[in-house]
Amino acid sequence: MSYLADNNEGVQHLLLGNEAIARGALEAGVKVATGYPGTPSSEIMESLSKVAHGRNMYVEWSINEKLAMEVAAAGSFARLRSMCVMKQNGVNVGSDFLLHLALTGTREGMVIIACEDPGAHSSINEGEARMFAGMLEIPLLEPGDFQELKDMVKWAFDLSEEIRNLVMVRSVTRLSHGSGNVKFGKLPEIDTNVDAGFQCDGFILDPDKGAMISMPVNHFHGRLQEKLKKAREIFEDCLFNTYNGVEKPELLIITSSACNLYCKEAIALLGVEDRVGLLKLGTTWPLPPELIKKNLSRTDNIFIVEEVLPIMEGNIKVLAAEMAPEIGVKNFYGKNAGNLPTSGELNPDLVLDALKTILSVEYEDMPESYKKKAQAVALTGAPNRELTFCPGCPHRASFWSIHGALKLDGRKGFVCGDIGCYGLGVLPTGFSTIKALHAMGSGIGVASGFGKLRQFGMDQAVVAVCGDSTFFHAGINGLLNAVHHSSDVTFIVLDNGGTAMTGFQPHPGLTVNAMGDEVPGLDIAAICGSLGIRVEIGDPFDLKGTQETLTELIQDKKGVKVLILRKNCALSPERKNKKDYEMHIDEGICLGENCGCNRLCTRIFRCPGLVWDQERKTSRIDEAICAGCGVCVDICPAEAIKKKEAA
Amino acid sequence: MGNSPLPKEPYNIIITGVGGQGNVLLSKLLGNMLTRRGYIITIGETFGATQRGGSVMSHLRVSARSSWSPLIPKGRAHMVIALEPTEGIRVLANYGNPQVKILSNTRAIHPVGVIAGELQYPSIEEIRKSAHELASEVWFIDATDEALRLDNPVLGNTIMLGAFAGLNMLPLEKEDFREVILEMMPEDKLDINLKAYELGAEMLNRAVSGTA
Ligand code: SF4
Ligand code: SF4
Repeated sequence: MSYLADNNEGVQHLLLGNEAIARGALEAGVKVATGYPGTPSSEIMESLSKVAHGRNMYVEWSINEKLAMEVAAAGSFARLRSMCVMKQNGVNVGSDFLLHLALTGTREGMVIIACEDPGAHSSINEGEARMFAGMLEIPLLEPGDFQELKDMVKWAFDLSEEIRNLVMVRSVTRLSHGSGNVKFGKLPEIDTNVDAGFQCDGFILDPDKGAMISMPVNHFHGRLQEKLKKAREIFEDCLFNTYNGVEKPELLIITSSACNLYCKEAIALLGVEDRVGLLKLGTTWPLPPELIKKNLSRTDNIFIVEEVLPIMEGNIKVLAAEMAPEIGVKNFYGKNAGNLPTSGELNPDLVLDALKTILSVEYEDMPESYKKKAQAVALTGAPNRELTFCPGCPHRASFWSIHGALKLDGRKGFVCGDIGCYGLGVLPTGFSTIKALHAMGSGIGVASGFGKLRQFGMDQAVVAVCGDSTFFHAGINGLLNAVHHSSDVTFIVLDNGGTAMTGFQPHPGLTVNAMGDEVPGLDIAAICGSLGIRVEIGDPFDLKGTQETLTELIQDKKGVKVLILRKNCALSPERKNKKDYEMHIDEGICLGENCGCNRLCTRIFRCPGLVWDQERKTSRIDEAICAGCGVCVDICPAEAIKKKEAA
Repeated sequence: MGNSPLPKEPYNIIITGVGGQGNVLLSKLLGNMLTRRGYIITIGETFGATQRGGSVMSHLRVSARSSWSPLIPKGRAHMVIALEPTEGIRVLANYGNPQVKILSNTRAIHPVGVIAGELQYPSIEEIRKSAHELASEVWFIDATDEALRLDNPVLGNTIMLGAFAGLNMLPLEKEDFREVILEMMPEDKLDINLKAYELGAEMLNRAVSGTA
């Protein structure tokens, strides 16, 4: 995507939403960009890292979001525009720092990009970073289409400089991972003589020359609220708040973000352009009261459309209550009135259904007879697809061994896990081995607690899993806690050589950084070893060896034991599209249903590359899918699965 | 660049398949080709966890006038391009209508539930029958099988794109395909992709002259 850094003002490109955000930051002349990978945000930093050297920027995948914010803040303090990118959960992780940063304020523009995942397509919660803007008392911008993703990110830097505080820009999956045509603006000159520096020798309360310290808190809190007030004034005339529709509509929709596009679609499909007005807000916190008043005065019926929690709805209602003596009492439609759900993502249909009821209009999405037929056919004709580890994934093999070792141990042992591809260990693809799944690093954290419950009679084996990137992000804290308190835990690091879930970003264990420069890699085994605990290293594809080691570790009940299972992800550049083995099934040996194994290979192991041939009644390798890892050879007790070194 | 009129405004395409098949790449190729012809494109998709063996869908909206929602409203698909045959059937329950058309790959990818024997996978005859029941026009081509002959199953996408171009529903030009590939991929991938693209159109012609 080298064209992202082309200086071709006015040219249109079809951009991924996240690329549009990256372009906006480039047009703003961002100098320091940091983040931690997380769907749906990762492509922003990936796009920037590709052009970092060319644009004289510093781009860093930090070890976690809190660090990312801290590094970005340093940039802002030293007179460099900086940006920090994460998914919704990342804002939680960094919020401790943010609460302080909001008070000290920033210098050169600093923008936080929070990409949220309503509907939790690739998350295990629905987050709500918007709440943080309220709690931190910082402005929140929500772009309403692809062009605005670029334009508003650029503007966010100006705003940040105007109020001397950080600004949050929120995107959602449907924008970040959608694509649309975006018209490029001008890129600033590449500035190679930047004179960065942190001035901190002035008077303590001087925002430009003093130290960055939030004491006395009273003073700084007051100053923070002044800044927010200033932002609110600016928002009154902000061009990203738009109204479309007749002067006095029957119903006013107030919306923001991707819902703007759903509302437009629903209005067009129902053909109610002359009855409904659409107020799209780009600045959703703090709300500009005069603008809201002017628009609420258009009609008595207001429909608020936003995703997940009714946050904007609450804020608008507060203003409406205060303004009631002037503008009258309004009828509200939205979440509280039950027109829209308070969980899950919205789409044009949900908005359309609500609108249809509010306006009493008829609309048929599909002819009833067709709908019935199509649903019936899909029920039998399209078998459900449960998520699964990729063919050749090291985690399938790891969980196979963990599951086996826990069974052998026989104490009803279980696994605590966290976020990453290996979280799929809750499903049959990981033999449903993970039984507790929470935040980054929580696997070892929760396990550290379980491992201390022996005195209360808890005798189950306690195992924690954690990926390599997660180890550095937050896993290491849980490990330190468990070691210090001699918790009886077996800690397995599933080291697949990168941040696989989000597209293989580098992490501190690797010798390359976001910009492709060489950096010192940190050795997980050496770190664990320095804690004076037992550390073993294994190859997950060696099923027998892994199971033996694990069984031993689980039964050695003295404190924390670590097993590092090392094998690159099947999609890693090292392994993708490279088969180690050519696989085939010896049909003369495979006894199918008649084998005493109960079809261990297909019924239990379930690699998508190994399928069951209904006609032949044997297993079969699907050559289009099999990654040629060779692991399944050791699954078949009859030795019917054969491998041959690939040429 | 002038915009030739579209069969529908906006023209709604769903590209569907299984995680790992390259849905995202195909929607990007198609979107970029049409952008070169001056159309306004909006694409919606999900990637991330769903790509691990789950059903994936890209919604592509082609318009001569404006951008649209990245999600197609229910019952409003005009064209379904299925990289996996049962996935084409699946999307019709939500997005189909009696006028919808389907271009489908024939190669099955068995869900793990089927591999495990918990679910049934329909025969290709049953899938064809379902498609004919629910769509106004249907084309099946052996894209992955042919791609395996070219030694790379992912080229199945390019074959499907070539076949779609061969349907002449939208102004998809080989020259645009060439330029877009050059923008998106290393140069050494060009020839094999052009070959696969042409193959797609040929296979479509065969599918049309036979009874698809
Ligand atoms: S991306 Fe890598 S780690 Fe994730 S499921 Fe696939 S092979 Fe496993
Ligand atoms: S060799 Fe076996 S386990 Fe490995 S990808 Fe192929 S079918 Fe799956």
